Formats: sequence, C-alpha cells, structure tokens
Amino acid sequence: MRLTCPLCGDRDRREFYYMGHATYLDRPAADAPAEAWDAYLHLRENPCGPTHDLWQHEAGCGAWLRVTRDTATHEITAVELAR
Amino acid sequence: MRVPGYGLMIDRDAPLKFRFDDTWVNGFEGDTVASALLGSGIRLMGRSFKYHRPRGPLTADSAEPNALITTHDGARRIPNIRATVQPALHGLRTRSQNAWPSLAIDALEVNDLAAPFLGAGFYYKTFMWPKAAWEKLYEPAIRRAAGLGALSGEADPWRQEKAFAHCDLLVVGGGPAGLMAALQAAEAGTDVILADEDEILGGRLTREAEQIDGRPGHVWAAETVTRLTALGVRIMPRTTVTGAYDGGTYGALERVSHHIADPHPDLPHDCFWRIAARACVLASGALERHIAFPMNDRPGILLASAVRAYLHRWGVAPGRRIAVFTTCDDGHRTAADLRAAGIEVPAVIDPRADAPDDAIRGEVVATRGRLGLKRIEIRTSGGGRRWVDCDALAVSGGWNPTLHLTCHLGARPVWDENLATFLPKAGAVPGMTVAGAAAGLFSTTQTLESGAAKARQALDGLGRRHQPVTLPDARSEAARQIAPLDVRAPKGVRHRAWLDFQNDVTTKDVRQAAQENFASVEHMKRYTTQGMATDQGKTSNVAALAVLADATGRGIPETGTTTFRPPFSPVPISAMGAGAEGAGFAPERFTTSDPAMRKAGAPMIETGLWYRPGWFPQGSEDWRAACTREAAMVRATVGVADVSTLGKIDIQGPGAAALLDFVYTNTFSTLKQGRVRYGLMLREDGHVMDDGTTARLGPEHFVMTTTTAAAGQVMRHLEFVTQCLRPDLDVALISTTEQWAQFSVAGPHARTLIQSLVAEPVTDETFPFMACGAVTVAGIAGRLFRISFSGEHAYEIAVPSRYGAHLWRDLLARAEALGGGPYGMEALNVLRIEKGFVTHSEITGRVTAFDIGMDRMISAKKDCIGKAASRRPALLAHREELVGLRSASGAQITAGAHLYNQGTRPDAENDQGYVTSPCYSPALGTYIALGFLRDGRARMGETVRMVDRVRGQDTLVEIVAPVQVDPEGGRARG
Repeated sequence: MRLTCPLCGDRDRREFYYMGHATYLDRPAADAPAEAWDAYLHLRENPCGPTHDLWQHEAGCGAWLRVTRDTATHEITAVELAR
Repeated sequence: MRVPGYGLMIDRDAPLKFRFDDTWVNGFEGDTVASALLGSGIRLMGRSFKYHRPRGPLTADSAEPNALITTHDGARRIPNIRATVQPALHGLRTRSQNAWPSLAIDALEVNDLAAPFLGAGFYYKTFMWPKAAWEKLYEPAIRRAAGLGALSGEADPWRQEKAFAHCDLLVVGGGPAGLMAALQAAEAGTDVILADEDEILGGRLTREAEQIDGRPGHVWAAETVTRLTALGVRIMPRTTVTGAYDGGTYGALERVSHHIADPHPDLPHDCFWRIAARACVLASGALERHIAFPMNDRPGILLASAVRAYLHRWGVAPGRRIAVFTTCDDGHRTAADLRAAGIEVPAVIDPRADAPDDAIRGEVVATRGRLGLKRIEIRTSGGGRRWVDCDALAVSGGWNPTLHLTCHLGARPVWDENLATFLPKAGAVPGMTVAGAAAGLFSTTQTLESGAAKARQALDGLGRRHQPVTLPDARSEAARQIAPLDVRAPKGVRHRAWLDFQNDVTTKDVRQAAQENFASVEHMKRYTTQGMATDQGKTSNVAALAVLADATGRGIPETGTTTFRPPFSPVPISAMGAGAEGAGFAPERFTTSDPAMRKAGAPMIETGLWYRPGWFPQGSEDWRAACTREAAMVRATVGVADVSTLGKIDIQGPGAAALLDFVYTNTFSTLKQGRVRYGLMLREDGHVMDDGTTARLGPEHFVMTTTTAAAGQVMRHLEFVTQCLRPDLDVALISTTEQWAQFSVAGPHARTLIQSLVAEPVTDETFPFMACGAVTVAGIAGRLFRISFSGEHAYEIAVPSRYGAHLWRDLLARAEALGGGPYGMEALNVLRIEKGFVTHSEITGRVTAFDIGMDRMISAKKDCIGKAASRRPALLAHREELVGLRSASGAQITAGAHLYNQGTRPDAENDQGYVTSPCYSPALGTYIALGFLRDGRARMGETVRMVDRVRGQDTLVEIVAPVQVDPEGGRARG
C-alpha cells in the first residue's frame, strides 16, 4: 500500500501512522450534549466503499492527512491535509 | 541419460560432482540437480507425503510437486528445495526426504497398502477417541510418518537481505512476451525492471527447438537481453515476483547465491524485494496440466513440456522408450522432438476425436513399475486394451495461464470455453496488464506481439509517447487443448489417479468430498488438502476442480477456483524479515552516559527503545542490596541519575500557552516565566494519556516533559491537535529529546552539588521549588529545573547532548565527594513508590484522573481534551481508586496480585483490586506498594487479603494513603 503525501509525494505505507475515521476532525463543542460526544467517540459507519481515514506521515513531514479509501478495493482516491 | 548433441544451456567442458544421499552424481555447469540426476539415470528422487510412494520429477520448473530435497549440512541445512530449480553445484550435499531407511526401501511404504483407509477426512474420522490419546499418541505418530524435509533445529546461519526498488514498469517474466514488453518500454525511455525466476532469460525459448528472426530462440533471447541492458533496463534473473499488493507494490524473492558453489561470506542467500511500480506487465507464461489417469504418479511420468525442456536445455532424456499421452497438440510436439533426437517413442496416445492420424485414439488406464515406470496399459476408443513397454511417459493435459498474481487482490479468473482454461480477469490488479501465454495466447508469434502491445498500453497509462518496436519473425501454432480429463479405470483395475502429488490427493478423495457435501471448491480443498502443499497445487488445482465439477454435476465455471494468495512460490520468512533478528529486531537508543554506566557494571534495562541502568552494583551486591542502598543514599546524601530518556517537546509561539491549556487538564497560561508545573493529559475518551512537568522558559516558550514510553504518542497527539483541532493557534513544536542530556540530582546535598557546578547562585530565592532557568555549567549554556520525582530536594540539570558524557562523569565525582553516587531505575522506582507518584504501571490506559485522585486537576474554567468524556457518571463513582499498600505481615507484596476482602473467597466475583507497583521501602523498613482498590480512598486503615496465584503469595496488606514518605512534602521544598 502506498500513500501520496501532499507535501512529500508518493511513499510506502510504513512511513504512515493510522489513527481511525476522519470523524475525529469534527470535535463537538465543550458543552455539546452527551449524544454528540458519544457519536464522536464511539459511533462509526462501516461502509463497503469509500471511507475517510486519518493518517499521519509520522516518519516523514509529520502532517496529518485525510485519506479517501475504498474499503472494498483498497483504492486510494484522495489524500489531502486534514483540517 | 544424456542425449548426444543436445543441451543448449550446459557446458560439457565444465563437469562437476555433487552428492545425492550416498551417491556422487556427475553433472555439468548449467545443470539443475534434477537434470543431473536424470542425466545419470536416477529418476527416484523422493517419497510422497502420506503414502510414501516413490516419486520422480514431474516438471522442469518451480511448479515441481515431487522432487523435493534437502541441501547442505548441519545448521545450514535447507529442506524442501525443488531439485528442478536448484542449480547443480560442485560439492553440494543433497539428500532425499521422508524416507527411512533409504529412498528405495522405505519402511513407511506400508502406508500405501493401507491407502483405502487413509482417504480424505481420515484423521478426523479415525482418531476421535480416547480424547487424551490425540495429543500423546496419534498426533506425534502422524507427525513422524507424514511430512516433508525437517529443519536443522539450530539457529539459521544463512545471511539474508531485504531491499526496495522503484520503477515505471515492472515486467514479470522474461520469456518472449516479457522481453518484447521490456524492449517496447525501454525504447520509449521508461525505467523498467525485468524479473524472471530463471537464471537465464528466455522462458520456453531456453527449452525448445524454435527459430526467431532466423536464429535459435535462446540466441535471440540472449541478444535481446544485451540490448535491454544497454537501454538501461534492470534485469533481475533468479527473481520470482511472489505477490501483488495494493498501490502497485510487488514482493519478489531473489535467490542471490543459490547458484554459487562457494559464495563470498558477505553475499546473502536470498534477498526479498519490495518493488514499487507505476505499471506492470505480467508475462508469467503458462503451466502445463497433468492428466488424472490410474497410477499416474510413477517416477518416469513427466509433463510433456518438461520432457522437451530436459531434452533441449540440458540434453537429458528421462528414459530410452518414451510414450506420450496428451489431450493437447503440445504432446505431439514432444513426440516429434524426441524422435528427432533418436529416442524411441513407442506410442502417442490422444483421446481427442480430431487427434492426428499417427496417434492412438485412447487413454492410459494402468501403469506398472514400483520404483520407476516399466509399462503402460492403453484402452483405445474402440475399447481394446493392450500393454506397451516404456520407461517414461510424457503427459500433456493442456496449459493453464500462470495468472496467480492477477488474483492477489481478490479477483477470480474466468473460464474460457474455447481455450478450455481459466483466463485472468481484466483489470484485476490496477496498473497491471497481462501478456502472452499468461493471457491465453499460446503461440510464440502471438506472445511476442502481445508483449509489445501490452507494454504500449502500459505506456499510454503512464502518459509516455512511444513508437511501435519491430516484431521479430517467429512461426509457431497455438496448441489446441481440451478441458481436464479424468480417466476412469476399467472394471477390476484399482483406480487411484493422483491430482495433488505433494499432499497425495486422488480423484477419489475429491469425489468423496463431494459425496460428503464438501461440494464448494473451498470446502473440498480444506477437506482433502488439495493444493495446500508447498507447490500450492500449480499442476493440479484445475484438474481437481474439474473432477469436483463432474462429481457435483456443475460446470467448471460454476465450480470456480480456490483463492490464489501470495506468495506465488515459497519465500523464506528469514528473507522477509532479514535484518530483524537479534539486535536488528528494534532500534536501540542510548543515552550519553551509556558507555560509562556499562563500564560501571550497571545492567541495562530496555525501556521503550531506550536502555537505562537497573542498578550500580558494588562488590558482591545483588540487585536488591544495590537498589536498597541507592534509595537510602538519595534520602541521606545525594544521588545522580540520567533522565535524558524522558520526552522533551519544545513549544514556542503566541499560541503556546493556549495549546497547553487545551491538552492538559490544568491551566498553564497562568504559569509564570521561570516556573515549572505538573500537568495531566487525557485522551479524548476521558482516560489518562500521560503526565509530566512543563517549564515556562519565556513568555511564548515552554518545554514539555513526557514519560519515556509515551514521548512519541504525545508528540503525535500535539501535532494532531495543532493541525486539526486548533489550527487557530500560532504555535510550533519540535521534539528535543535527543538534543538535551538531562540528569537528576536528588538528596539533602543536592544544592551543594549543583552550586559547586553552576556559575549562578542557587538559593531558595533564585531557584525555589518548581523553578527553572538558564544556568552556566562550566562555561556551557544549560538549564536547571528544581523538580523532584523522589520527594527529596532535587534538581534536573540539562546541557546540550554533546556535553552529556562529560557532565555525567563530573556529577558522579562531585556526588561521591559528598558521600553519594549514581542510582538506577530500581532505586528511582522505590523512591517514587514511597512518594506515591504514578508511572505507566498505574496509568495503563484504562485509568481516569478520578481513579488516581487527580479529578480536581480537571479545570472547571476551560475546555480541554478529554474533559467532556471524563464527566460521564460511570467514571466518577464506585471505581478502583489509587491507594498505598503496606505489608501487614512482613511478607512481600507482588505486582499483579489481586486484593480481596478478608473472609471472602478469592475469586473473580469478589475481586476488589490489584497491585501495580510493589517494592521494599528502606525508608519504612517494610514492603509497600501502589495499587487500585474499589472505593479505596474511603477505606484507609482497612486490612485486605492479597493473593498472587502466579507466585503463590497469600498475605494481608494494610490500606494507606499513596504518599507514604514525607506526606507534607517538606523535604522537597526545604
């Protein structure tokens, strides 16, 4: 598996750290209801098809990346800086 | 036997000798072990896995199921080497496998007589009871009887290597298709890697009598290789591409020195490559199918293409009278080639209605010859039967494209009715196109053409311009073939037709599986073990599923294939993991004081990737005595320890204070410059991530300290927070763990020592407890922190790493002059347990701030990571809480022991908590510990029962506050 870091280019998967679904980017407000926090922390879709992952180019530039990956084919369709 | 005038690839002027069992075998440079043995008239090369049937080679390539041998001696012994690909080396020691006392007289051949009882599922059905006998009796006996070669049982001394390569186009296979693909791409200026499992490129051109461009095929191949090399193509012979992975990554095994009799000691045996290719042309050719006919496994029965290969490449014939049995035009080619070489071909048997006139229309229905073929019985289409004397039989059941790599990402091949074979599914592996025989194009002309065409297709994908290369002139007809044949024995003839030679699977086993409703091809495979041996059923899978299709009444396409997974052929684990044995397993990180500590005899303990001293033994001290002395020394005089391994993160910028407020539970924006504060960090789920101190060196400049183990995790976390959650903060982070050497100086004489070292005055006014600042250490700019992990008056002093070794020596000399010395991890641990400080023994990832009594550190005035989740009611009541433990009986407290109320049964139901960090406390003169106890803070003074089932400890402990020494903290502040 390879990922194309927008800053460094095409690299081997071993340079990257996998965190989980990109839901982690949408942190609820401090006073959000418990349901919002529960969804943020625990509830994930399990799609057969495109999904969004968070990866860090840990052994490279250190940037966090939002990766669009197809769970059925493992095809990577987009790698962008997480924001 | 050798055939005069034949042998394209052997050098008759370079004879060599090697040993096979107790025999010296003559061969020539260019021989494989199998070709040299056949050339010497030895056909019996092994015994089968289950029935111990005598076997000889079936193939002349890597698909070989039978001719498995062991090479080399002692620790260097390598089992299960295919004699058909192992080059014959002068002086090489080779041995047959799975036979005792000898290959010709194998005692366990008795298994073959019992074969009617040893069919599919036999183990599951027979050894049901008594249950205890399975492990003690049946399994060991079966393991002894069955099996292939054995490992030496010693550490593997072979040097292995792994490597990475990158290219625009990877061409898999160096036959006519692969050579043309590489040529087309190289002419277009593309960066090409051409890998082939053979020593000599050319594929079947090295094994056939065939003309290309008016010269022998192998000459054309060699010339093309020269041309490719000149064009900059990286040629990788002896390299099998073993797997296709995501994103254009391919695994490949290069056999670096298998072909060298006396390799240089620095040369690896194998090299495992990871090749990143933007595009790939798969030109892996095709594998010939065997035919399932009764007793089709005798030595002397070979695939027709292998017979031609032995004849043309090595000048060897497996017999003097060679019959041919074929369901494919290719068998007739073998007959013609043999006759041209002056070898007698007593019969060519072809069951097809349109068989050539000179063939006998019929089937082989029986064979004779225990250790080697002697005669065959033919049943003609008219029903007549007769015996024919022959000492070898060339068999062709048609060809299967070698499409394994196209299936590695999950695609299934597609049955083609016209070609009577499976073809690769289009687009099965992104970036891969399939050329030549692997795509079902079986004539040399088609193959050359498709190699160039598929390369152009790949070049289009890469956006490269190209001019079509000139195609060489070749003439050959594509061989026509029919679907796999299952020849049924006549009545009264024992019918055993082998499919998988290596695992001894017969057509009967497959039919039995279907009968017992293991009718799916994946179930049949697992029930019969068809295709599960080291050859992965390369010559037998398609024939087996044809039998299954027949037995279940479904068609072949409906029956489908089993899944092909990497690796295509066996890869030694030692090659994949090359360099990772011993010290190569993980990186090693050393502090600047490491050499001095080792010299002092300190045993070094792994903590994360770091090595830290356990203790500093004096005289005959054991670890306990040294640890107790060092801990007492710190409390009495002064001790010095290297704490450089703790993570240090330099944080600067206008947003630095706000970032710390967000990642720590407590507030750092209020921290004054020149002061240090303890901070607690949570994960977003409300559990403790890490703790440590952070110093404010300037208005916008902080240095965060993490624990040794969590340094990487915390850095990653901070980078996530700054990039993704708080991009509004103007802040920069960098790890400086390795840039600073930092030492703890702790004990009543700590200030005396520090003052003797630094230029600035060190007093309670200039450096009060929890102060920090710049100091000058022997003219060097350093940092001083007045912090304590021992409860004593203590400092941490830091200098740039290049001065670390010198400062360590200096600190030791000064400490010893004050009656102190170094202390190790054991004493450091004792000191912190006495003071109730937590480490990752306590904050294990399932512990909250509430659990360790720090819930009040979660500021009510601001948001922070983990705050919302930490407020969940279930995390704030009836928890196992951090407590101190003290031995009530004088007996030792042990880590991992569990706590129970007195008078209850010590079982899971009554579990009240557990011990995390025990030690002997020299300050208290008894065994103490930290641990977690249900509702523990409300239970001070209680006595509970501690049970350690692993060490057999059962004693009473008293519940006390976590801080057991100097609870007021006067010693650290004073």
